[in-house]
Amino acid sequence: MEIGHEKLLWIYERMLMIREFEDQVRELFATGKLPGFVHLYAGEEAVAVGACANLRDDDFITSTHRGHGHCIAKGVGIRGMMAELYGKSTGVCKGKAGSMHIADVDKGMLGANGIVGGGLPLACGPALMAKVKKTGQAVVCFFGDGASNQGSFHEALNLAAIWKLPVLFLCENNLYAESTPVEYSTSIKNIADRASSYGIPGIITDGMDVFAVYEATHEALTRARADHGPTLIEAKTYRYYGHFEGDALKYRTKEEEGTFHDRDPIAIFKHRVLEEKLLSIAELEAIEKDTSAIIEAAVRFAEESPYPKPEECLTDVYVSY
Amino acid sequence: MAGREITYREAVNEALRQEMRRDPNVILMGEDVAGGPGRPPELQDAWGGVMGVTKGLLNEFGPERVLDTPISESAFVGAAIGAAATGLRPVAELMFIGFIGVCLDQVFNQAAKLRYMFGGKARVPLTIRTMIGGGLRAAAQHSTVDYSIVTHFPGLKCVAPSTPYDAKGLLVAAIRDDDPVIFCEHKHIYNLKGHVPEENYVVPLGKADIKREGRDVTVVAFSRMVHTALEAAEELSKDRISVEVVDPRSLSPLDEETILASVRKTHRLVAVDEDNPRCSMAADILALVASRAFDYLDAPPQMVTAPHTPVPFSPPLEDFYLPSPQRVVEAIHGTLD
Repeated sequence: MEIGHEKLLWIYERMLMIREFEDQVRELFATGKLPGFVHLYAGEEAVAVGACANLRDDDFITSTHRGHGHCIAKGVGIRGMMAELYGKSTGVCKGKAGSMHIADVDKGMLGANGIVGGGLPLACGPALMAKVKKTGQAVVCFFGDGASNQGSFHEALNLAAIWKLPVLFLCENNLYAESTPVEYSTSIKNIADRASSYGIPGIITDGMDVFAVYEATHEALTRARADHGPTLIEAKTYRYYGHFEGDALKYRTKEEEGTFHDRDPIAIFKHRVLEEKLLSIAELEAIEKDTSAIIEAAVRFAEESPYPKPEECLTDVYVSY
Repeated sequence: MAGREITYREAVNEALRQEMRRDPNVILMGEDVAGGPGRPPELQDAWGGVMGVTKGLLNEFGPERVLDTPISESAFVGAAIGAAATGLRPVAELMFIGFIGVCLDQVFNQAAKLRYMFGGKARVPLTIRTMIGGGLRAAAQHSTVDYSIVTHFPGLKCVAPSTPYDAKGLLVAAIRDDDPVIFCEHKHIYNLKGHVPEENYVVPLGKADIKREGRDVTVVAFSRMVHTALEAAEELSKDRISVEVVDPRSLSPLDEETILASVRKTHRLVAVDEDNPRCSMAADILALVASRAFDYLDAPPQMVTAPHTPVPFSPPLEDFYLPSPQRVVEAIHGTLD
């Protein structure tokens, strides 16, 4: 499948932005600058970016606790994201969310979710709205291998199937739900096979290859917008870091990690676009330079921003009470 | 307006119909809200809700706005939340409030918290209609009130009308409200008749109603218990005891001032609640009054509630379980002696 020049630049820029953002967050977290917990997306860039490359600005996504990558792929502002992780009032959620609930409804990013499987029912909502109002919008619902065993997964797939909702259920199978390997927790080898239980197409794709993800999600979203209903895509992928920062990763081997580092999504992309002369070294280097600058500026912005006033705790519970 | 009387059930139906006519974003979803989906037209709208509350709405608004759902509360309540956050104004039915167990995450971790977590950028104008209450021998899982659970959570609102008039006005208000509202319909009073204006009107959330004025004791009662309290009040009027019955109508937000003003006038409080006593609305009212109107009380405040047990099936057992007018009379006497 051919991807246009502008889109290829966008894809590289977004994947790099995610990687650099996550690496920067990892460093900041280790020095104690970020409160709470972070769950890093490094390694999985091809999945978020490959899918969101097929989305319009007015489409929606739902996310997981590992939401920074989804935010960036959907166009949420970097400065607002960094400030949110710091808990500053200039954060995209005014410091009320942090990493685990980070969201930007204006950008169609309906939130990172602290409840595994919590986003699957929610994703059916905008899809239902799009159908009732006939807007042609679509939804990508990101979730992990762990969530595929949660009841909400099964309910949401069935509901989307019977109502032919325009939603793509995109499983990021990174082989572990926290410390629990997928081959232990999950009754079947390929989560995509669960699609047949709900009468919808189930596709397996290489989650380390953004071209593969792009093609599979393109087809699924075309189906969705043509009122042919949902698709389940399982992207085989890998998270480079722990479930959360602080995870000693005792449950994985260095060998296994090595095999996935050898298939780094950004490296694979870079190699292919240079070899096939789709992008030039100069174009890539320009993006690399800009990305670093943006991340640096975001950190400065976050550090210089104020914390919210304590009384801010009491606001934004209701529209009116 | 001349006294047009309709039932509580008809009042709920009328509120839904009028709001669905007024606003194309209002959609209805739930198990058997129509019934017979996908069947030939003559077999559709088979139930109109398990108690017939939503009958006829499919015929007027069609299957795109009146959606029967599979038995998947997590999925369809979650879908209603997501749809509310992105432009619709859904009314989802949770058939019995006891079923909140299977979708509690969507209600209290998602619906209640999205606006706050997203720094005020999200709005969830969702209404969840649900049946509460006992008295129909429906046994433990289908007879609870459980409204204290949803009242507890910041981010949710909860209303429990006791009359047809309040039911229509509060449902209109709930649908128009931009926050998630749990609308509690007491199944025992669906056939209760009362005066209901034909036109569109609103009973505002957060406003209690004095159902009977009195001087000697304040009885705060919820949902069907309002009628239990009114029976007790009528009984006691024969002994020249004047009972004021306050119907909060709205549990969250709660009209604290009306309750406190009543106690400042009567100096006595009895709270009547069909719920189990621990962490109940009754306990909540007593705490409110004890902490904010202590000096006005001439007697310890009393609670009349169900016991700390599940709801039993057998009629004499359920009748023991539910607060009766006689128990309310006794509690009121307890504040006067």
